[in-house]
Amino acid sequence: MDLFEYQGKQYFARYGIPVSPGGVADTVDDAVAQADQAGYPVVVKAQVQVGGRGKAGGIKLASDAAEVRQHAGAILGMDIKGHVVRRLWVEHASDIAKEYYASFTLDRSAKKYLAMVSAKGGVDIEAVAAEDPGAIARMHVDPAVGFTAADAGRLVDEAKLDSEARAGAVEILQKLYRCYVEGDADLVEINPLILTPEGRVHALDAKVTLDDNAAFRHPEWDDFRDIDELDEREKLARSKGLQYVGLEGFVGIIANGAGLAMSTCDVVNQVGGKPANFLDIGGGANAEVMANALEVINSDANVRSIFINIFGGITRGEEVANGIVTALQRVEIKAPMVIRLDGTNAEEGRKILKTVESDRVISSPTMLAAAKHAVELAGGVGQ
Amino acid sequence: MSIFVDETTKVVVQGLTGGQGRFHGLRNRAYGTQIVAGVTPGKGGQDVEGIPIYDTVAEAVAATGANASFVSVPPKGAAQAILEAAEAGIPFIVCITEGIPAHDEARAYNILVERHPGTRLLGPNCPGIISPAKCNIGITAGEIAQPGGPVGIVSRSGTLTYQALYELKQLGVGVTTCVGIGGDPVPGTNFVDCLEAFQADPDTKAIAMFGEIGGSEEEKAARFIADHVDKPVVAYIAGVTAPPGKKMGHAGAIISGSQGTAQAKMEALAAARVHVVNNPTEAGEKMAELVKAL
Repeated sequence: MDLFEYQGKQYFARYGIPVSPGGVADTVDDAVAQADQAGYPVVVKAQVQVGGRGKAGGIKLASDAAEVRQHAGAILGMDIKGHVVRRLWVEHASDIAKEYYASFTLDRSAKKYLAMVSAKGGVDIEAVAAEDPGAIARMHVDPAVGFTAADAGRLVDEAKLDSEARAGAVEILQKLYRCYVEGDADLVEINPLILTPEGRVHALDAKVTLDDNAAFRHPEWDDFRDIDELDEREKLARSKGLQYVGLEGFVGIIANGAGLAMSTCDVVNQVGGKPANFLDIGGGANAEVMANALEVINSDANVRSIFINIFGGITRGEEVANGIVTALQRVEIKAPMVIRLDGTNAEEGRKILKTVESDRVISSPTMLAAAKHAVELAGGVGQ
Repeated sequence: MSIFVDETTKVVVQGLTGGQGRFHGLRNRAYGTQIVAGVTPGKGGQDVEGIPIYDTVAEAVAATGANASFVSVPPKGAAQAILEAAEAGIPFIVCITEGIPAHDEARAYNILVERHPGTRLLGPNCPGIISPAKCNIGITAGEIAQPGGPVGIVSRSGTLTYQALYELKQLGVGVTTCVGIGGDPVPGTNFVDCLEAFQADPDTKAIAMFGEIGGSEEEKAARFIADHVDKPVVAYIAGVTAPPGKKMGHAGAIISGSQGTAQAKMEALAAARVHVVNNPTEAGEKMAELVKAL
């Protein structure tokens, strides 16, 4: 789960990482009230999960209430690269002497954490990495050992941060590490991490991605759930706990396992179709999950045929078949469907499907044959 | 021969009294696997259809001589269960659990590497391993695998693993061992480990490799193949049509920029003289053709 900037700053604050005083506003009046409280001058920032907010006019400096009113009015409702701004973060504007960068994430290749610090912050760090890789200090952190104050000190020295920032940066790095590990984040990033003319160091932005697998031990994450960033189909799928990604095509896809679901999309594409979605019902899916999946696919007006591709391992064939039967009873499925069922208890599953088969509910023996059939039913190749 | 597991492998199932553990543990036994014990804290002394349950893995090992573990424990306790097996001296651990927090997984992996270098972990979030007619640990439906070799299979995706086995069986091609390494960010066993073992196994004459978008393990495999593998390799990479930046179900299957795209992986493999194919069916056909020419 990607957090908005304001949520990331709230999360940082839980771990004692200093951020600017500020608050959330959904209306112009709220924005003025937050600005009054934070103290002028303030920065009014659009809360969208997309880069380039500043360039699009989504971040503005305001020196008094009238300016806050003007900027908040302009930014709320603004469309930034397809993301409509519904919420603002208003914070006290900081004087900036220097801008740095700091982050923790997992280096999958090394199978260790990677800490990165740079004196060249405030800009696109990927561009820095490409043009001046030496400007980013990197350190692998062993998850079984941890990250000490001495590690933080070495990293800050290697990144050549200004000496007056050293103590503050070392402290923030240790807190950021705690936020990353104890906070179960996949990524924590501060860009920019600033040094003020008074010599204080604090986070001016916050990028946090939480690990959804750890949600069971973080009840506080419930406050962060915001599904405005998803399209309607994705919202419905999320509410039903399904792994769904909306695509642009016309063949609805349901498969078990991310690999098989991706492969199913690929094969539909290869035989001339276009997948409408990626939908992985996961391992051990039961009848209820299958029925929910069909309902989500059914809500997509672009879907002209459905391809259900199940290879049972932990998922059992008869459960899948029962789910299809249940869904057919529960809702009127608009598009014809082709079902390919193999693996664990596939025989039992196929027997159950026999009872509902028609010219709109068709069983097919192989993945490739089923894909071709589904594409034909959708109106043929190339459409 | 086979790699990692064979008819002498004795398996303890951690979580045998749970729904999934029981279903798959008993299925593995019905396949012919030596399932010698189960472990559930607090349920020692009971049994599951004649399989004795112990409170700890150490007790199970002492009583039965188990030399492999099948971890079917919910995400909350799975990393701890893996470490318990390693501490009990189990050299081969298969963990099928999906949804383990990334930090738990990264910590457990590094503890294994540092303190238990003799232990191999397969998974988590993987379908397991099958050496057909000898040993099946995990959730693979045994009947879809044809015994006898000469093909070794390694795959990141569970359901694509089944698809691979199934395609080969339809064409009458046997398998020495099929390893599902799983799609999580920190897999215990990776492509290179399996390629190395298959290269060393005299009965494996050809290797099928099923990858997917995200990460750089397929690219590493390509470099390893170029330098160390002289057996023919067929590879399929899922996710050609996946849009960039979208997370496709697994933690593993995410691409950012051009790194980890299906195209980049296919190019790297093709440059290592691997037969790169476009779908699982083609993989089976290509492999059958190569096996015929051996």
